[in-house]
Amino acid sequence: MSTSSSPRTASRPWSSRLIILVPYLWLCLFLLVPFLIVAKLSLSQIAVAQPPYAPVFDPAAGLAGIQSFIGALSLDNYRTLFSDALYISSFFKSLEIASISTLLLIAAAFPIAYGVSRVRHSLQPALVVAVMLPFWTAFLIRIYAWITILQREGLLNDLLLALRIVDQPVPMLASDTAVYIGIVYSYLPFMVLPIYAVLSKMDDSLLEAAADLGCPRWKTFWLVTFPLARPGLLAGALLCFIPIVGEFIIPDLLGDSRTQMIGQTLWTEFFANRDWPVASALAMVLLGALLIPIMIMQRMQNDAFWVRR
Amino acid sequence: MTTHKGASRFNITAIATGLAFLYLPIAILVIYSFNDSRSVAVWGGWSLRWYRELFNDSAMIEAAWTSLRIAFFSATAATILGTLAAVALTRIGRFRGRFVFSAMMYAPLVLPEVIIGLSLLLLFVAVDFDRGFWATALAHTTLTLCFVAAIVQARLIDFDRSIEEAAMDLGCSPLRAFLAVTLPLIVPAIASGWMLAFTLSLDDFVIASFTTGPGATTLPIRIYSQVRLGVKPETNAICTLMIASVALIVVAASLVSKRYVMSDERNTALGASI
Repeated sequence: MSTSSSPRTASRPWSSRLIILVPYLWLCLFLLVPFLIVAKLSLSQIAVAQPPYAPVFDPAAGLAGIQSFIGALSLDNYRTLFSDALYISSFFKSLEIASISTLLLIAAAFPIAYGVSRVRHSLQPALVVAVMLPFWTAFLIRIYAWITILQREGLLNDLLLALRIVDQPVPMLASDTAVYIGIVYSYLPFMVLPIYAVLSKMDDSLLEAAADLGCPRWKTFWLVTFPLARPGLLAGALLCFIPIVGEFIIPDLLGDSRTQMIGQTLWTEFFANRDWPVASALAMVLLGALLIPIMIMQRMQNDAFWVRR
Repeated sequence: MTTHKGASRFNITAIATGLAFLYLPIAILVIYSFNDSRSVAVWGGWSLRWYRELFNDSAMIEAAWTSLRIAFFSATAATILGTLAAVALTRIGRFRGRFVFSAMMYAPLVLPEVIIGLSLLLLFVAVDFDRGFWATALAHTTLTLCFVAAIVQARLIDFDRSIEEAAMDLGCSPLRAFLAVTLPLIVPAIASGWMLAFTLSLDDFVIASFTTGPGATTLPIRIYSQVRLGVKPETNAICTLMIASVALIVVAASLVSKRYVMSDERNTALGASI
Protein backbone atom coordinates (compact mmCIF):
# COMPACT_ATOMS: atom_id res chain seq x y z
CA MET A 1 0.00 0.00 0.00
CA SER A 2 2.64 2.48 1.04
CA THR A 3 4.49 2.10 -2.24
CA SER A 4 1.57 3.39 -4.29
CA SER A 5 0.50 6.30 -2.09
CA SER A 6 1.95 9.78 -2.33
CA PRO A 7 4.65 10.80 0.16
CA ARG A 8 2.28 13.21 1.92
CA THR A 9 -0.29 10.59 2.80
CA ALA A 10 2.42 8.05 3.53
CA SER A 11 3.88 10.30 6.19
CA ARG A 12 0.51 10.57 7.86
CA PRO A 13 0.07 7.91 10.54
CA TRP A 14 -3.15 5.90 10.72
CA SER A 15 -4.05 7.57 14.00
CA SER A 16 -4.34 11.04 12.52
CA ARG A 17 -6.38 9.70 9.60
CA LEU A 18 -8.76 8.19 12.11
CA ILE A 19 -8.95 11.49 14.01
CA ILE A 20 -10.10 13.22 10.84
CA LEU A 21 -12.31 10.47 9.49
CA VAL A 22 -14.50 9.69 12.48
CA PRO A 23 -15.97 13.18 13.06
CA TYR A 24 -15.90 13.88 9.31
CA LEU A 25 -18.00 10.85 8.44
CA TRP A 26 -20.33 11.56 11.34
CA LEU A 27 -20.99 15.09 10.11
CA CYS A 28 -21.42 13.92 6.52
CA LEU A 29 -23.96 11.35 7.62
CA PHE A 30 -25.91 13.52 10.07
CA LEU A 31 -25.55 16.97 8.52
CA LEU A 32 -24.66 16.88 4.84
CA VAL A 33 -26.82 13.93 3.79
CA PRO A 34 -29.88 15.27 5.67
CA PHE A 35 -29.49 18.61 3.87
CA LEU A 36 -29.37 16.85 0.52
CA ILE A 37 -32.54 15.00 1.49
CA VAL A 38 -34.23 18.31 2.38
CA ALA A 39 -33.13 19.76 -0.96
CA LYS A 40 -34.48 16.74 -2.81
CA LEU A 41 -37.73 16.70 -0.88
CA SER A 42 -38.33 20.38 -1.61
CA LEU A 43 -38.64 19.33 -5.26
CA SER A 44 -41.08 16.50 -4.50
CA GLN A 45 -44.84 16.41 -4.13
CA ILE A 46 -47.05 15.63 -1.19
CA ALA A 47 -48.60 12.17 -1.41
CA VAL A 48 -51.01 10.10 0.65
CA ALA A 49 -48.48 7.44 1.45
CA GLN A 50 -45.84 6.39 3.92
CA PRO A 51 -43.54 8.37 3.69
CA PRO A 52 -45.96 11.16 2.69
CA TYR A 53 -44.20 12.38 -0.45
CA ALA A 54 -43.45 11.34 -4.01
CA PRO A 55 -41.35 10.39 -5.89
CA VAL A 56 -39.53 7.95 -3.64
CA PHE A 57 -36.19 6.89 -5.05
CA ASP A 58 -36.21 3.20 -5.93
CA PRO A 59 -32.72 1.84 -6.53
CA ALA A 60 -34.11 -1.52 -7.74
CA ALA A 61 -35.56 0.06 -10.90
CA GLY A 62 -32.09 0.83 -12.24
CA LEU A 63 -31.37 3.55 -14.78
CA ALA A 64 -35.00 3.91 -15.87
CA GLY A 65 -35.87 4.38 -12.22
CA ILE A 66 -33.41 7.26 -11.92
CA GLN A 67 -34.84 8.85 -15.05
CA SER A 68 -38.44 8.72 -13.92
CA PHE A 69 -37.33 9.89 -10.47
CA ILE A 70 -35.61 12.98 -11.83
CA GLY A 71 -38.47 13.59 -14.25
CA ALA A 72 -40.94 13.69 -11.37
CA LEU A 73 -39.07 16.44 -9.52
CA SER A 74 -40.43 19.94 -9.95
CA LEU A 75 -40.20 23.48 -8.67
CA ASP A 76 -43.93 23.57 -7.83
CA ASN A 77 -43.36 24.00 -4.10
CA TYR A 78 -41.25 27.08 -4.65
CA ARG A 79 -43.88 28.48 -6.98
CA THR A 80 -46.45 27.95 -4.24
CA LEU A 81 -44.22 29.67 -1.68
CA PHE A 82 -43.63 32.73 -3.81
CA SER A 83 -47.24 33.18 -4.85
CA ASP A 84 -49.00 32.63 -1.52
CA ALA A 85 -49.33 35.75 0.64
CA LEU A 86 -49.15 33.71 3.87
CA TYR A 87 -45.64 32.44 3.16
CA ILE A 88 -44.40 35.77 1.86
CA SER A 89 -45.73 37.69 4.86
CA SER A 90 -44.25 35.25 7.40
CA PHE A 91 -40.93 35.44 5.58
CA PHE A 92 -40.82 39.22 5.68
CA LYS A 93 -42.18 39.29 9.22
CA SER A 94 -39.23 37.13 10.27
CA LEU A 95 -36.74 39.48 8.64
CA GLU A 96 -38.52 42.49 10.15
CA ILE A 97 -38.60 41.07 13.67
CA ALA A 98 -34.99 39.90 13.42
CA SER A 99 -33.77 43.29 12.16
CA ILE A 100 -35.65 45.36 14.72
CA SER A 101 -34.67 43.11 17.59
CA THR A 102 -31.03 43.18 16.50
CA LEU A 103 -31.13 46.98 16.72
CA LEU A 104 -32.87 46.81 20.10
CA LEU A 105 -30.24 44.33 21.27
CA ILE A 106 -27.41 46.64 20.24
CA ALA A 107 -29.08 49.52 22.10
CA ALA A 108 -29.53 47.37 25.21
CA ALA A 109 -26.18 45.58 25.11
CA PHE A 110 -23.83 48.43 24.31
CA PRO A 111 -24.21 50.33 27.60
CA ILE A 112 -23.82 47.07 29.55
CA ALA A 113 -20.73 45.95 27.61
CA TYR A 114 -19.26 49.43 27.83
CA GLY A 115 -19.94 49.56 31.57
CA VAL A 116 -18.31 46.19 32.17
CA SER A 117 -15.24 47.23 30.19
CA ARG A 118 -14.88 50.34 32.40
CA VAL A 119 -14.98 48.75 35.86
CA ARG A 120 -11.91 47.56 37.71
CA HIS A 121 -10.11 44.78 35.83
CA SER A 122 -10.36 42.34 38.70
CA LEU A 123 -14.18 42.60 38.65
CA GLN A 124 -14.62 42.12 34.92
CA PRO A 125 -14.44 38.30 34.66
CA ALA A 126 -17.10 37.90 37.35
CA LEU A 127 -19.42 40.34 35.57
CA VAL A 128 -18.92 38.55 32.26
CA VAL A 129 -19.87 35.26 33.93
CA ALA A 130 -22.91 36.96 35.47
CA VAL A 131 -24.05 38.13 32.03
CA MET A 132 -23.43 34.70 30.48
CA LEU A 133 -24.99 32.60 33.24
CA PRO A 134 -28.65 32.94 32.17
CA PHE A 135 -27.66 31.39 28.83
CA TRP A 136 -27.16 28.12 30.70
CA THR A 137 -30.77 28.07 31.86
CA ALA A 138 -33.16 26.55 29.37
CA PHE A 139 -34.54 28.85 26.73
CA LEU A 140 -38.02 27.54 27.37
CA ILE A 141 -37.81 28.37 31.07
CA ARG A 142 -36.73 31.94 30.39
CA ILE A 143 -39.64 32.48 28.01
CA TYR A 144 -42.02 30.89 30.49
CA ALA A 145 -40.80 33.33 33.12
CA TRP A 146 -41.94 36.20 30.91
CA ILE A 147 -45.38 34.67 30.45
CA THR A 148 -45.95 34.85 34.20
CA ILE A 149 -44.88 38.48 34.15
CA LEU A 150 -46.73 39.66 31.05
CA GLN A 151 -50.01 37.77 31.21
CA ARG A 152 -53.30 39.47 31.99
CA GLU A 153 -53.28 38.55 35.68
CA GLY A 154 -49.51 38.80 35.66
CA LEU A 155 -47.10 40.67 37.84
CA LEU A 156 -46.50 43.63 35.54
CA ASN A 157 -50.22 44.36 35.30
CA ASP A 158 -50.50 44.03 39.10
CA LEU A 159 -47.69 46.52 39.49
CA LEU A 160 -49.18 48.98 37.00
CA LEU A 161 -52.58 48.71 38.70
CA ALA A 162 -51.10 49.17 42.16
CA LEU A 163 -49.20 52.24 41.03
CA ARG A 164 -52.42 53.52 39.43
CA ILE A 165 -50.69 53.96 36.08
CA VAL A 166 -53.56 52.06 34.44
CA ASP A 167 -57.06 51.35 35.78
CA GLN A 168 -57.56 48.00 34.08
CA PRO A 169 -55.17 45.23 33.04
CA VAL A 170 -53.39 45.89 29.75
CA PRO A 171 -53.14 42.91 27.41
CA MET A 172 -49.40 42.51 26.93
CA LEU A 173 -49.00 38.88 26.02
CA ALA A 174 -49.62 37.80 22.42
CA SER A 175 -48.23 40.97 20.92
CA ASP A 176 -45.22 42.33 19.03
CA THR A 177 -43.95 43.90 22.22
CA ALA A 178 -43.96 40.59 24.06
CA VAL A 179 -42.04 38.92 21.23
CA TYR A 180 -39.43 41.70 21.23
CA ILE A 181 -39.04 41.51 25.00
CA GLY A 182 -38.59 37.74 24.79
CA ILE A 183 -36.00 37.99 22.03
CA VAL A 184 -33.98 40.78 23.65
CA TYR A 185 -34.06 38.89 26.94
CA SER A 186 -32.91 35.60 25.42
CA TYR A 187 -30.20 36.92 23.12
CA LEU A 188 -28.75 39.71 25.29
CA PRO A 189 -25.68 37.67 26.41
CA PHE A 190 -24.77 36.97 22.77
CA MET A 191 -24.71 40.67 22.02
CA VAL A 192 -22.97 41.85 25.20
CA LEU A 193 -20.09 39.40 24.90
CA PRO A 194 -18.66 40.27 21.46
CA ILE A 195 -19.01 44.01 22.13
CA TYR A 196 -17.29 43.61 25.48
CA ALA A 197 -14.54 41.57 23.81
CA VAL A 198 -13.54 44.48 21.55
CA LEU A 199 -14.10 47.24 24.13
CA SER A 200 -11.97 45.50 26.76
CA LYS A 201 -9.05 45.44 24.32
CA MET A 202 -9.36 49.16 23.62
CA ASP A 203 -6.33 51.25 24.45
CA ASP A 204 -7.28 53.84 27.10
CA SER A 205 -4.53 56.18 26.00
CA LEU A 206 -6.63 56.95 22.90
CA LEU A 207 -9.34 58.36 25.14
CA GLU A 208 -6.79 60.32 27.13
CA ALA A 209 -5.28 61.71 23.96
CA ALA A 210 -8.72 62.83 22.79
CA ALA A 211 -9.38 64.42 26.19
CA ASP A 212 -6.00 66.15 26.20
CA LEU A 213 -6.76 67.60 22.79
CA GLY A 214 -9.97 69.08 24.17
CA CYS A 215 -12.46 66.68 22.66
CA PRO A 216 -15.74 66.58 24.63
CA ARG A 217 -16.66 63.18 26.07
CA TRP A 218 -19.67 62.50 23.85
CA LYS A 219 -17.58 63.36 20.80
CA THR A 220 -14.76 61.07 21.95
CA PHE A 221 -17.30 58.32 22.33
CA TRP A 222 -18.65 58.87 18.83
CA LEU A 223 -15.28 59.38 17.12
CA VAL A 224 -13.09 56.91 19.03
CA THR A 225 -14.97 54.31 21.07
CA PHE A 226 -17.79 53.56 18.68
CA PRO A 227 -15.68 52.99 15.54
CA LEU A 228 -13.34 50.74 17.52
CA ALA A 229 -16.31 48.70 18.74
CA ARG A 230 -17.67 48.12 15.24
CA PRO A 231 -16.25 44.62 14.68
CA GLY A 232 -17.81 43.52 17.96
CA LEU A 233 -21.13 45.08 17.00
CA LEU A 234 -21.08 43.29 13.65
CA ALA A 235 -20.20 39.94 15.22
CA GLY A 236 -22.93 40.34 17.84
CA ALA A 237 -25.46 41.44 15.24
CA LEU A 238 -24.83 38.37 13.07
CA LEU A 239 -24.70 36.05 16.07
CA CYS A 240 -28.20 37.25 17.04
CA PHE A 241 -29.80 37.97 13.67
CA ILE A 242 -29.21 34.54 12.12
CA PRO A 243 -30.90 32.39 14.77
CA ILE A 244 -33.65 34.96 15.42
CA VAL A 245 -34.83 34.73 11.79
CA GLY A 246 -35.53 31.03 12.34
CA GLU A 247 -36.87 31.45 15.88
CA PHE A 248 -39.80 29.26 16.85
CA ILE A 249 -40.37 29.11 20.61
CA ILE A 250 -40.50 32.86 21.31
CA PRO A 251 -43.12 33.91 18.71
CA ASP A 252 -45.09 30.75 19.40
CA LEU A 253 -45.38 31.35 23.15
CA LEU A 254 -45.34 35.14 23.36
CA GLY A 255 -46.78 36.21 20.01
CA ASP A 256 -50.00 35.74 18.07
CA SER A 257 -51.05 35.32 14.44
CA ARG A 258 -49.69 38.77 13.60
CA THR A 259 -46.19 37.74 14.63
CA GLN A 260 -46.14 34.49 12.65
CA MET A 261 -42.52 33.86 11.69
CA ILE A 262 -41.11 31.53 9.06
CA GLY A 263 -40.01 28.96 11.65
CA GLN A 264 -43.62 28.66 12.81
CA THR A 265 -44.89 28.38 9.24
CA LEU A 266 -42.45 25.54 8.62
CA TRP A 267 -43.58 23.91 11.85
CA THR A 268 -47.28 24.15 10.90
CA GLU A 269 -46.66 22.80 7.40
CA PHE A 270 -44.78 19.89 8.85
CA PHE A 271 -46.76 18.93 11.95
CA ALA A 272 -50.28 20.20 11.24
CA ASN A 273 -50.61 19.98 7.46
CA ARG A 274 -48.15 17.10 7.11
CA ASP A 275 -46.90 18.71 3.91
CA TRP A 276 -43.25 17.64 4.13
CA PRO A 277 -42.26 18.90 0.66
CA VAL A 278 -43.49 22.44 1.34
CA ALA A 279 -41.83 22.38 4.78
CA SER A 280 -38.58 21.36 3.08
CA ALA A 281 -38.92 24.13 0.48
CA LEU A 282 -39.42 26.60 3.35
CA ALA A 283 -36.27 25.27 5.01
CA MET A 284 -34.36 25.79 1.75
CA VAL A 285 -35.64 29.37 1.41
CA LEU A 286 -34.74 30.10 5.04
CA LEU A 287 -31.30 28.63 4.51
CA GLY A 288 -30.86 30.66 1.33
CA ALA A 289 -31.77 33.87 3.12
CA LEU A 290 -29.26 33.14 5.89
CA LEU A 291 -26.44 31.93 3.66
CA ILE A 292 -24.83 35.33 3.14
CA PRO A 293 -24.88 36.38 6.82
CA ILE A 294 -23.57 32.92 7.77
CA MET A 295 -20.72 33.19 5.28
CA ILE A 296 -19.75 36.67 6.50
CA MET A 297 -19.75 35.31 9.98
CA GLN A 298 -17.61 32.29 9.22
CA ARG A 299 -15.18 34.67 7.58
CA MET A 300 -15.07 36.76 10.75
CA GLN A 301 -14.70 33.69 12.89
CA ASN A 302 -11.60 32.77 10.94
CA ASP A 303 -10.12 36.12 11.95
CA ALA A 304 -11.79 35.15 15.07
CA PHE A 305 -12.36 36.22 18.50
CA TRP A 306 -15.80 35.33 19.60
CA VAL A 307 -15.22 31.59 19.88
CA ARG A 308 -12.48 32.29 22.37
CA ARG A 309 -15.09 32.62 25.08
CA MET B 1 -2.72 59.95 33.81
CA THR B 2 -2.06 56.38 32.80
CA THR B 3 -4.49 54.84 35.26
CA HIS B 4 -7.77 53.31 34.22
CA LYS B 5 -10.46 55.97 34.30
CA GLY B 6 -12.83 53.76 36.26
CA ALA B 7 -16.56 53.41 36.01
CA SER B 8 -18.86 56.39 35.96
CA ARG B 9 -22.29 56.45 37.55
CA PHE B 10 -23.75 55.84 34.10
CA ASN B 11 -21.64 52.69 33.68
CA ILE B 12 -22.70 51.31 37.05
CA THR B 13 -26.36 52.03 36.31
CA ALA B 14 -26.11 50.27 32.94
CA ILE B 15 -24.59 47.16 34.52
CA ALA B 16 -27.07 47.10 37.38
CA THR B 17 -30.08 47.56 35.09
CA GLY B 18 -28.77 44.90 32.72
CA LEU B 19 -28.24 42.34 35.47
CA ALA B 20 -31.64 43.14 37.00
CA PHE B 21 -33.27 42.62 33.61
CA LEU B 22 -31.48 39.29 33.21
CA TYR B 23 -32.09 37.91 36.69
CA LEU B 24 -35.40 39.37 37.89
CA PRO B 25 -37.66 37.18 35.71
CA ILE B 26 -35.80 34.05 36.82
CA ALA B 27 -35.96 35.15 40.46
CA ILE B 28 -39.71 35.75 40.18
CA LEU B 29 -40.21 32.33 38.62
CA VAL B 30 -38.29 30.67 41.45
CA ILE B 31 -40.11 32.61 44.19
CA TYR B 32 -43.54 31.78 42.78
CA SER B 33 -42.73 28.09 42.72
CA PHE B 34 -42.96 28.30 46.53
CA ASN B 35 -46.32 30.08 46.42
CA ASP B 36 -49.09 28.23 48.22
CA SER B 37 -51.83 29.78 46.08
CA ARG B 38 -52.87 28.24 42.76
CA SER B 39 -53.18 31.64 41.12
CA VAL B 40 -49.93 33.24 40.05
CA ALA B 41 -51.27 36.71 40.82
CA VAL B 42 -52.01 36.02 44.49
CA TRP B 43 -49.33 35.33 47.07
CA GLY B 44 -50.64 32.68 49.47
CA GLY B 45 -47.58 32.19 51.65
CA TRP B 46 -44.57 29.90 51.39
CA SER B 47 -45.14 26.25 50.67
CA LEU B 48 -43.60 23.18 49.06
CA ARG B 49 -46.99 22.07 47.79
CA TRP B 50 -46.09 22.20 44.09
CA TYR B 51 -42.92 20.21 44.62
CA ARG B 52 -44.97 17.49 46.32
CA GLU B 53 -47.37 17.45 43.36
CA LEU B 54 -44.41 17.31 41.03
CA PHE B 55 -43.07 14.17 42.67
CA ASN B 56 -46.46 12.52 42.21
CA ASP B 57 -46.53 13.42 38.53
CA SER B 58 -45.14 10.22 37.08
CA ALA B 59 -45.30 11.45 33.46
CA MET B 60 -43.10 14.42 34.36
CA ILE B 61 -40.59 12.25 36.21
CA GLU B 62 -40.53 9.82 33.30
CA ALA B 63 -39.83 12.73 30.90
CA ALA B 64 -37.07 14.05 33.16
CA TRP B 65 -35.43 10.63 33.28
CA THR B 66 -35.63 10.30 29.48
CA SER B 67 -34.06 13.75 29.05
CA LEU B 68 -31.25 13.01 31.49
CA ARG B 69 -30.37 9.77 29.72
CA ILE B 70 -30.43 11.39 26.28
CA ALA B 71 -28.29 14.25 27.59
CA PHE B 72 -25.79 11.83 29.13
CA PHE B 73 -25.38 9.69 26.01
CA SER B 74 -25.26 12.57 23.57
CA ALA B 75 -22.91 14.71 25.69
CA THR B 76 -20.48 11.82 26.06
CA ALA B 77 -20.51 10.94 22.36
CA ALA B 78 -20.33 14.62 21.39
CA THR B 79 -17.34 15.20 23.67
CA ILE B 80 -15.38 12.37 22.05
CA LEU B 81 -16.29 13.39 18.49
CA GLY B 82 -15.93 17.11 19.15
CA THR B 83 -12.48 16.69 20.72
CA LEU B 84 -11.35 14.60 17.75
CA ALA B 85 -12.68 17.24 15.38
CA ALA B 86 -10.92 20.05 17.27
CA VAL B 87 -7.64 18.13 17.19
CA ALA B 88 -8.10 17.42 13.47
CA LEU B 89 -8.64 21.11 12.72
CA THR B 90 -5.83 22.49 14.87
CA ARG B 91 -3.11 19.81 14.82
CA ILE B 92 -3.23 18.00 11.49
CA GLY B 93 -2.63 20.94 9.16
CA ARG B 94 -3.96 20.67 5.63
CA PHE B 95 -6.00 17.74 4.44
CA ARG B 96 -8.39 17.21 1.59
CA GLY B 97 -11.90 18.43 2.37
CA ARG B 98 -10.75 20.61 5.25
CA PHE B 99 -12.94 23.50 4.12
CA VAL B 100 -16.10 21.39 3.96
CA PHE B 101 -15.19 19.90 7.33
CA SER B 102 -14.81 23.25 9.07
CA ALA B 103 -17.98 24.55 7.41
CA MET B 104 -19.91 21.53 8.70
CA MET B 105 -18.43 22.03 12.17
CA TYR B 106 -19.55 25.60 12.13
CA ALA B 107 -23.04 25.38 10.61
CA PRO B 108 -24.93 23.93 13.62
CA LEU B 109 -23.68 26.76 15.85
CA VAL B 110 -25.83 29.28 14.00
CA LEU B 111 -28.36 27.37 11.91
CA PRO B 112 -31.98 27.69 13.03
CA GLU B 113 -33.01 24.59 14.96
CA VAL B 114 -36.08 24.01 12.81
CA ILE B 115 -33.79 23.30 9.84
CA ILE B 116 -31.57 20.89 11.78
CA GLY B 117 -34.59 19.14 13.27
CA LEU B 118 -36.42 18.79 9.96
CA SER B 119 -33.38 17.55 8.05
CA LEU B 120 -32.49 14.94 10.67
CA LEU B 121 -36.05 13.70 10.82
CA LEU B 122 -36.08 13.27 7.04
CA LEU B 123 -32.84 11.28 7.29
CA PHE B 124 -34.33 8.96 9.90
CA VAL B 125 -37.45 8.47 7.78
CA ALA B 126 -35.36 7.83 4.66
CA VAL B 127 -33.32 5.07 6.30
CA ASP B 128 -36.31 3.77 8.24
CA PHE B 129 -34.77 4.44 11.64
CA ASP B 130 -37.38 4.62 14.41
CA ARG B 131 -37.98 8.06 15.86
CA GLY B 132 -37.56 8.17 19.60
CA PHE B 133 -34.85 7.92 22.21
CA TRP B 134 -31.89 6.99 20.00
CA ALA B 135 -32.86 9.26 17.12
CA THR B 136 -32.96 12.19 19.56
CA ALA B 137 -29.65 11.17 21.13
CA LEU B 138 -28.01 11.04 17.68
CA ALA B 139 -29.50 14.41 16.74
CA HIS B 140 -28.26 16.01 19.96
CA THR B 141 -24.82 14.47 19.50
CA THR B 142 -24.57 16.08 16.07
CA LEU B 143 -25.67 19.49 17.33
CA THR B 144 -23.57 19.57 20.49
CA LEU B 145 -20.35 18.09 19.10
CA CYS B 146 -19.86 21.35 17.23
CA PHE B 147 -20.08 23.34 20.47
CA VAL B 148 -17.59 20.99 22.16
CA ALA B 149 -15.26 21.34 19.18
CA ALA B 150 -15.47 25.15 19.33
CA ILE B 151 -14.49 25.19 23.03
CA VAL B 152 -11.68 22.62 22.71
CA GLN B 153 -10.40 24.27 19.54
CA ALA B 154 -10.14 27.64 21.30
CA ARG B 155 -8.08 25.97 24.02
CA LEU B 156 -5.83 24.17 21.54
CA ILE B 157 -5.12 27.40 19.65
CA ASP B 158 -4.12 29.19 22.87
CA PHE B 159 -1.96 26.32 23.90
CA ASP B 160 1.82 26.50 23.97
CA ARG B 161 2.87 24.00 21.32
CA SER B 162 6.52 23.96 22.34
CA ILE B 163 5.74 21.48 25.14
CA GLU B 164 4.35 19.03 22.60
CA GLU B 165 7.34 19.59 20.36
CA ALA B 166 9.69 19.05 23.28
CA ALA B 167 8.05 15.71 23.98
CA MET B 168 8.42 14.71 20.35
CA ASP B 169 12.06 15.82 20.29
CA LEU B 170 12.62 13.57 23.27
CA GLY B 171 11.35 10.64 21.24
CA CYS B 172 7.60 10.54 21.82
CA SER B 173 5.45 9.64 18.84
CA PRO B 174 2.89 12.38 17.99
CA LEU B 175 0.14 10.19 19.41
CA ARG B 176 2.01 9.62 22.67
CA ALA B 177 2.93 13.27 22.91
CA PHE B 178 -0.72 14.12 22.54
CA LEU B 179 -1.91 11.59 25.12
CA ALA B 180 0.80 12.31 27.66
CA VAL B 181 1.20 16.07 27.29
CA THR B 182 -1.67 17.74 25.44
CA LEU B 183 -4.66 15.78 26.67
CA PRO B 184 -4.11 16.42 30.40
CA LEU B 185 -3.80 20.14 29.68
CA ILE B 186 -7.01 20.41 27.68
CA VAL B 187 -9.08 18.35 30.12
CA PRO B 188 -10.78 21.45 31.60
CA ALA B 189 -11.91 22.55 28.13
CA ILE B 190 -13.14 19.03 27.39
CA ALA B 191 -15.00 18.96 30.71
CA SER B 192 -16.72 22.28 30.09
CA GLY B 193 -17.53 21.09 26.58
CA TRP B 194 -19.23 18.02 28.05
CA MET B 195 -21.23 20.17 30.43
CA LEU B 196 -22.31 22.58 27.72
CA ALA B 197 -23.35 19.62 25.56
CA PHE B 198 -25.27 18.13 28.48
CA THR B 199 -27.23 21.31 29.22
CA LEU B 200 -27.88 22.04 25.53
CA SER B 201 -29.34 18.57 25.12
CA LEU B 202 -31.37 18.92 28.30
CA ASP B 203 -32.77 22.27 27.09
CA ASP B 204 -33.58 21.40 23.52
CA PHE B 205 -37.20 21.49 22.54
CA VAL B 206 -37.29 22.17 18.78
CA ILE B 207 -34.99 19.41 17.49
CA ALA B 208 -36.37 16.84 19.91
CA SER B 209 -39.92 17.59 18.73
CA PHE B 210 -38.90 16.43 15.27
CA THR B 211 -36.85 13.41 16.23
CA THR B 212 -38.66 11.94 19.20
CA GLY B 213 -41.54 9.53 19.09
CA PRO B 214 -44.10 7.93 21.35
CA GLY B 215 -42.63 6.72 24.62
CA ALA B 216 -39.67 9.09 24.51
CA THR B 217 -41.19 12.42 25.57
CA THR B 218 -38.42 14.69 26.80
CA LEU B 219 -38.72 17.16 29.64
CA PRO B 220 -38.83 20.32 27.47
CA ILE B 221 -41.56 18.78 25.30
CA ARG B 222 -43.56 17.95 28.41
CA ILE B 223 -43.03 21.43 29.87
CA TYR B 224 -43.93 23.04 26.57
CA SER B 225 -47.27 21.26 26.32
CA GLN B 226 -48.00 22.37 29.89
CA VAL B 227 -47.02 25.97 29.20
CA ARG B 228 -49.30 26.09 26.16
CA LEU B 229 -52.21 25.23 28.44
CA GLY B 230 -51.41 28.13 30.74
CA VAL B 231 -49.31 29.05 33.73
CA LYS B 232 -49.26 26.44 36.49
CA PRO B 233 -47.26 26.66 39.73
CA GLU B 234 -46.16 23.08 39.15
CA THR B 235 -44.36 24.25 35.99
CA ASN B 236 -42.57 26.85 38.12
CA ALA B 237 -41.45 24.07 40.43
CA ILE B 238 -39.95 21.88 37.69
CA CYS B 239 -38.31 24.95 36.12
CA THR B 240 -36.81 25.87 39.49
CA LEU B 241 -35.38 22.39 39.87
CA MET B 242 -33.83 22.59 36.40
CA ILE B 243 -32.34 26.02 37.13
CA ALA B 244 -30.96 24.80 40.46
CA SER B 245 -29.32 21.73 38.94
CA VAL B 246 -27.75 23.69 36.09
CA ALA B 247 -26.51 26.36 38.53
CA LEU B 248 -24.99 23.60 40.65
CA ILE B 249 -23.21 22.09 37.64
CA VAL B 250 -21.90 25.47 36.49
CA VAL B 251 -20.57 26.40 39.94
CA ALA B 252 -18.93 22.99 40.32
CA ALA B 253 -17.44 23.34 36.86
CA SER B 254 -15.98 26.75 37.54
CA LEU B 255 -14.43 25.47 40.80
CA VAL B 256 -12.92 22.47 39.03
CA SER B 257 -11.61 24.51 36.12
CA LYS B 258 -10.11 27.09 38.47
CA ARG B 259 -8.12 24.36 40.16
CA TYR B 260 -7.11 22.99 36.76
CA VAL B 261 -6.06 26.38 35.47
CA MET B 262 -3.77 26.74 38.46
CA SER B 263 -2.14 23.34 37.97
CA ASP B 264 -2.12 24.11 34.27
CA GLU B 265 -0.10 27.25 34.86
CA ARG B 266 2.29 25.29 37.03
CA ASN B 267 2.75 22.76 34.23
CA THR B 268 3.33 25.45 31.66
CA ALA B 269 5.89 27.06 33.93
CA LEU B 270 7.50 23.67 34.39
CA GLY B 271 7.55 23.17 30.64
CA ALA B 272 9.12 26.58 30.15
CA SER B 273 11.79 25.94 32.79
CA ILE B 274 12.83 22.70 31.07
